[in-house]
Amino acid sequence: MTLKKIAEILDATIISDSDDLNVQILNACSADMMSAVLYYHTPNSLLITGLTQPHVIRTAEIAGIKTIVFVLNKKPDALTIDLAKQKKIPLLSTPCCMYTASGRLFSAGLPGCLTK
Amino acid sequence: MALNITENIDGIFQLIGGNFSTAGEASTQLKHKLAEIGVDEEIIRRATIATFEAEMNVIIYAAAGWLHYYITPGSIKIRIEDMGPGIENIELAMQEGYSTAPEWVREMGWGAGMGLPNMKKNSDTFTVDSVVGEGTTVEMVINFP
Amino acid sequence: MKVKDLVDQLSLDVRSFKDGLGNDITGAYVSDLLSDVMGNSKKGNVWLTLQTHLNIVAVASMKDLSAIIIVGGRQAQEETIKKAEQEKVTILTTALPSFEASGRIYQLLK
Ligand SMILES: Nc1ncnc2c1ncn2[C@@H]1O[C@H](COP(=O)(O)OP(=O)(O)OP(=O)(O)O)[C@@H](O)[C@H]1O
Ligand SMILES: [Mg+2]
Repeated sequence: MTLKKIAEILDATIISDSDDLNVQILNACSADMMSAVLYYHTPNSLLITGLTQPHVIRTAEIAGIKTIVFVLNKKPDALTIDLAKQKKIPLLSTPCCMYTASGRLFSAGLPGCLTK
Repeated sequence: MALNITENIDGIFQLIGGNFSTAGEASTQLKHKLAEIGVDEEIIRRATIATFEAEMNVIIYAAAGWLHYYITPGSIKIRIEDMGPGIENIELAMQEGYSTAPEWVREMGWGAGMGLPNMKKNSDTFTVDSVVGEGTTVEMVINFP
Repeated sequence: MKVKDLVDQLSLDVRSFKDGLGNDITGAYVSDLLSDVMGNSKKGNVWLTLQTHLNIVAVASMKDLSAIIIVGGRQAQEETIKKAEQEKVTILTTALPSFEASGRIYQLLK
């Protein structure tokens, strides 16, 4: 599923633009606990989370996550946005809660990420 | 695999307890270092996940610490030592789901009790040593294929 | 839909307070942050989380949630189960990760 399609499904705004809205997302992981994110096999995944601090971006980079969606209209601060730009991780913000965001994407055919 | 190194490489990072804003910086730099010398992607992934979990534990639980790495043509060894409260019962701490993280840490997304299990899962050899009231040392080796 | 229907449809394991299986479900809320659940969940919601800590019981009880589903194959700590029995909070577990469990419940409740 493309990032563009995901943004549409979630009525999401793109906070930190990426040059490539056609980047392919293979699966998704919903979590606020970062060690859970690190537990799954997540290259080319989408992370759906309610946390917006810089260490979330670092977790994403280390786990190989391609894109982050913040739920409940949350927006990170400028420092976090800068870090994400540097790491080339596009950031989205959706008015949906984690349940609705996961539900809509799952219903649209996006699979969950795998355990290794 | 042809590694781009002729001699062993080592390095050290200092970690400061409570410093969340740069948490993960050391692990990220190690990741770039490994990529630079041509280490296999899956190995990089395992090494950085394990290192990052250990780095976060120092930031969350300890006052300060050091992250040392040693890269040889056959493996990477990572040693994270800290000055901190130490772990009273290592066997218990190793159990998935066991965590003493306070509420404010859980509100930041840590404290699932999966860090030590994640380190173990991603390394080929893994040891924890700890002295209560002094500190903790985690040592991990990941062999190159 | 009742909690029992979810248990049957998703083969959830029941870990505490079986009497709660008759509770009506008003919707679902997914979060690992207790403050978020305190602020945003609604009465009768099932709550999906990775948290296994004792404090989840108090949150579910205060917010009158219909059940807690611990996702990702994680096991509730013994003290959490004990507390849940006392407080009459139903705890269920599933091996499904959060995203997938949410997706499947979303389709069932739609
Ligand atoms: N460096 C350390 N110093 C002191 N105590 C530690 C240290 N590392 C781990 N512990 C103890 O071991 C427990 C388990 O650690 P682990 O990393 O597995 O989980 P966590 O940090 O609680 O949660 P997570 O890593 O999933 O965010 C911690 O809650 C803490 O009590
Ligand atoms: Mg940890």
